[in-house]
Parts: sequence; structure tokens; C-alpha cells
Amino acid sequence: MPVLAVQDLRKTYGDREVVAGVSFELKRGECFGLLGPNGAGKTTTLRLCLGLTDPDSGTITLVDSPVPQSAREARRRVGVVPQMDNLDPDFTAAENLLVYGRYFGMSDRETRSRIPDLLEFAGLSQRGDSKINTLSGGMKRRLTLVRALINDPDLIVMDEPTTGLDPQARHLIWDRLKRLLGQGKTIFLTTHFMDEAERLCDRLIIMDHGKVITQGPPRELVAQHIEPQVVEVYGDGLNEWLEQFAKSRAKRVEITGETAFCYGDGLESLLENLKSQTALRYLHRPANLEDVFLKLTGRELRD
Amino acid sequence: MIAAKHFRLPDISSRFFAVWRRNFLVWRKLAIPSMLGNLADPLVYMLGLGFGLGTLLPKVGGMQYMMFLAGGTVCYSTMNSATFEALYSAFSRMHAQKTWDAILNTPQNLDDVVMGEVLWAASKSLLSGTAILVVIWVLGLSHSPLTLFIIPIALLIGLCFASMGMMITALAPNYDFFMYYFSLWITPMTLLCGVFYPVSQLPHGLQVFAQFLPLTHAIDLVRPLLGNKIPTNVLGHVAVLLIYGVVSYYAALVLMRRRLSK
Repeated sequence: MPVLAVQDLRKTYGDREVVAGVSFELKRGECFGLLGPNGAGKTTTLRLCLGLTDPDSGTITLVDSPVPQSAREARRRVGVVPQMDNLDPDFTAAENLLVYGRYFGMSDRETRSRIPDLLEFAGLSQRGDSKINTLSGGMKRRLTLVRALINDPDLIVMDEPTTGLDPQARHLIWDRLKRLLGQGKTIFLTTHFMDEAERLCDRLIIMDHGKVITQGPPRELVAQHIEPQVVEVYGDGLNEWLEQFAKSRAKRVEITGETAFCYGDGLESLLENLKSQTALRYLHRPANLEDVFLKLTGRELRD
Repeated sequence: MIAAKHFRLPDISSRFFAVWRRNFLVWRKLAIPSMLGNLADPLVYMLGLGFGLGTLLPKVGGMQYMMFLAGGTVCYSTMNSATFEALYSAFSRMHAQKTWDAILNTPQNLDDVVMGEVLWAASKSLLSGTAILVVIWVLGLSHSPLTLFIIPIALLIGLCFASMGMMITALAPNYDFFMYYFSLWITPMTLLCGVFYPVSQLPHGLQVFAQFLPLTHAIDLVRPLLGNKIPTNVLGHVAVLLIYGVVSYYAALVLMRRRLSK
């Protein structure tokens, strides 16, 4: 039984179909990513899955309950980490957890017995009595994460878990998510960060314009859609260099603004030649999920 | 456009209590300053006008002006207390702090949250009304045992105005919007419904208009009790408050569903 199964989900706002026939399944214990540019329909998909809004058509089964019909029952076994921290600013860290437990119908005794472990998990053991506005961004994020664990959920849903965090804070969140996966939890996350998705996700889907445009394990997606190596080049004389030399040697060249992305297998001859091109600056790296993402969703800015 | 599904009947459950308790816990931390803040304004009006004007006036509505004013003050401070809570405080939790979003990610649903908020705003009203009543007792303005009935009436007034306020909150794009509600609804009631002088002093047209306003009926219930009299037409006054309350509660819920279940 999948933890979450979504079949041909559709939702229209006005005359815009924001979710246009989306299907996917989450297996127990996996980390599943939902990627897509702004406005792709990620947040709407999450809201539909949680039963916060009703679909126009399609079926959703969340932890064995049909949604939206039995969304409340389903949410008993789900923890949600929203995109924006909405911790209660009037309470301390520990009070936030206590009050959140009450929304799940948990007794205060039960919740209190869980609070020390949760604070410890968040690295906030010493900060239980701290007011929310005295916590750093990373601390708030970790507290929001453990708040979502108050009901010991089977599935944790996270909307952009590390947006706005510094690298230390992001790594700490990733480490905690890996520990949760190790405990057998299932994680469903949306993210803009391809490195995050590549690190954490067993499988992912990329959405655009309300549709799933590809899905699979990150490494397979890279292998399937993109040549293994990339050289990013920019500087004076780029166009001449591309015409005279690079285009015949790279498998594929993409140009965005001032930068050319040359994709290929070996690219040794390109790199050799670039050493003598003093006006050009370049970066050589293996292709990654971001290249797949940009190839499939385009490089134009989304607002 | 409001979708047909938003018109379904309220889902009433004891789950609202977790929401109510959340607000109570916040209030408890600031209980003393909050109470003083709530009491100061109506008491200054009551005592200032009561002593200042009261000595110039003969009996008003058959009683000392201070006692007359006390009846109005209980009602309008009850009204204000529920109104401020259901407008500004609930709007902060819904819109600015996103507290409701956090709650709605749990097994609570919107009906639970709206019910918790309305009952909380009514609870604050009850407290305000009761606090004024205690001052009335302490000052010796009334010792009638009938004044105890003012306590449940304050709750009813609170529910009525909390529901109306919640309806406005469901429509509000921002805090400024609430000024319209005050200018067009709350302030006219404060001045036309008999808080400061008997409605019978108004021109006929305005008297008729005042009969359509809920605060008039709240005051008609409370003021006689202070004078140790049983109000006339109790059922009629209670019905007006109930109708305003029930209709606007349902409207608030439908509008909130439209706003938040998109």
C-alpha cells in the first residue's frame, strides 16, 4: 500500500489549470521530491494531497484514507512542515510543541513526554523555554520540523524545507531528514534546490505548467536526459569560439545570456583548447539534476 | 462567487477547544495588563461622564445617570471586546502570523478554527462584561441579585458580536478594512442604541432604526436588571441577538471556507 497515491489530479483556478492531470505514488520509507519552477503547481498539489482544498477531479489516498473525504483522519498520521515558519510567536519553543499536540487530540501528558526527545532531535535541548523571536532562522526551521513530528507521523510533508537557511543550517536539516528516513519515515518534499533533491530524494518528479514532465531517481534522470559532462564558458569572444571550435566538439550547446553550457561525454579537447583562451573563463563539472531541470523546464525566468 | 459546497452546515465538534485553549494560553500570559487595558476605557467613560454629567442631570430613564450609564457600559464594552478580538486579533492569527495555517495542517478543520475563535472572542466579552459588573458591585451602584443574569447575557452579546466580527474578518483584505466596520456599524451603535441616553430621546426615524441594531436589545436586557427589574420582552431581545449571531456565524463560516479552502 503506497503512503500517498495520487491519480490524475486536476485543479483549475479561473481559466488556468494549475494542476493538470498529475499522478504519482510514494512508497513507504522513501524520500520523494516534487520539483518545478515557481508556479508549476507544487504547492497546490501539496494542498490537494493534504485535503486543504478540493480537487476538480482525480483521486488521492493519503495514509490509507481517501482525501478530501477523510482528510482529517489522514492528517492524524501526517506531519507538515510549511514553507513559511508559522510557529506561534506568543509561546516558547516547548509551548509550541505542547499546543500543537493538542490539535492532534493528544493529552498534555503524552505530549510532554515527547517534548525532551523532540527538542534534542532539533538540537534545542537548552532552548525549550526560549521565546520564538530569540531563535535563529535555522533553529526555527528545526523547531518547525519537530513540531511536525509531535504526532509521530508516518509521512512528513515538507514545502521547501531549507529555503532561506545558511549552509550549516541546511546541512543540519538534511542530516535530521536522513535520520528520519533511517527510522522508516516517509518524506514528501518540494524544493527549488537541485542539490537538495539529489542528496535526499530516492525518487522525484519534475512538474511544470501543472503537469509531471518526468519522474525517476535523480541519477537516472541525469543519465537519461543529460550528457555526463558540462563546461560553462563566458567572456569576450565567446561567440567566435563557439562557432569556430566548440559547437563541432560538444554534443549540445545551450546559451543563456552571456554564458554557454557545453554538454558532452569527454570534452577533453574543449578543455585543452580553453586553457589557451585567455579571454574566456570556464567551469568544468559533472552534469547534475539542475541541468536536467533547466533543460526540461527552460531557462526563462519564472515569476 | 461562492461554491455550493461552502454552504454546507457547520461541522460542530469539541475539537474547537484546542484552538480556544491556544488563545487562552496566550491571554493568560498577559492577563493583568490585558484586563486593565480592557477595563480602563469603559470605566473612564462611565465614571467621567457619570460623575461629570450625572450631577447636572435629573434621573435618566428612571434611574441615577451613573447607573443608567453603567447598564450601557456593560453592553458596549462587551461588544467592543468581542469585536476587537474577532477582527484584529483573529485577523493577525489568520493572515499575518499564519497560525491558522499551522492548525489546519493538523486534524483540525476550518470549522473547528472558526468556532474556537468565535467562542474565544465571546469568552473575552464575558470577562469584560463581568469585570464591569464587578466594578458596579464594588462601587455600590447596584446590589440587585438580578444582576447575576447579566453574566450569561454578556456571553450572548459576545457570541453575537464575535460572529459579526468574524464575518468581517473573512472579507478583510487588510487591517484598514476594519475602519469601515467601526465607522458604519460599531460607532453608530455606540451612539444610537442607548448607551449614553435613552433611545426615546431620538427622533422617531432613528428610534425605529435603533430597534434594528443588536446593541439596543442588549442594553434593553441589561439595564433593567441593574435597577432590580425584570426586562420586558426578554424573548424578543434574546431572539434579535441570537438571529444576528447565528446568521453571521454561518455567513462567517461560508466566507472563511471560500477564502481559505481555495
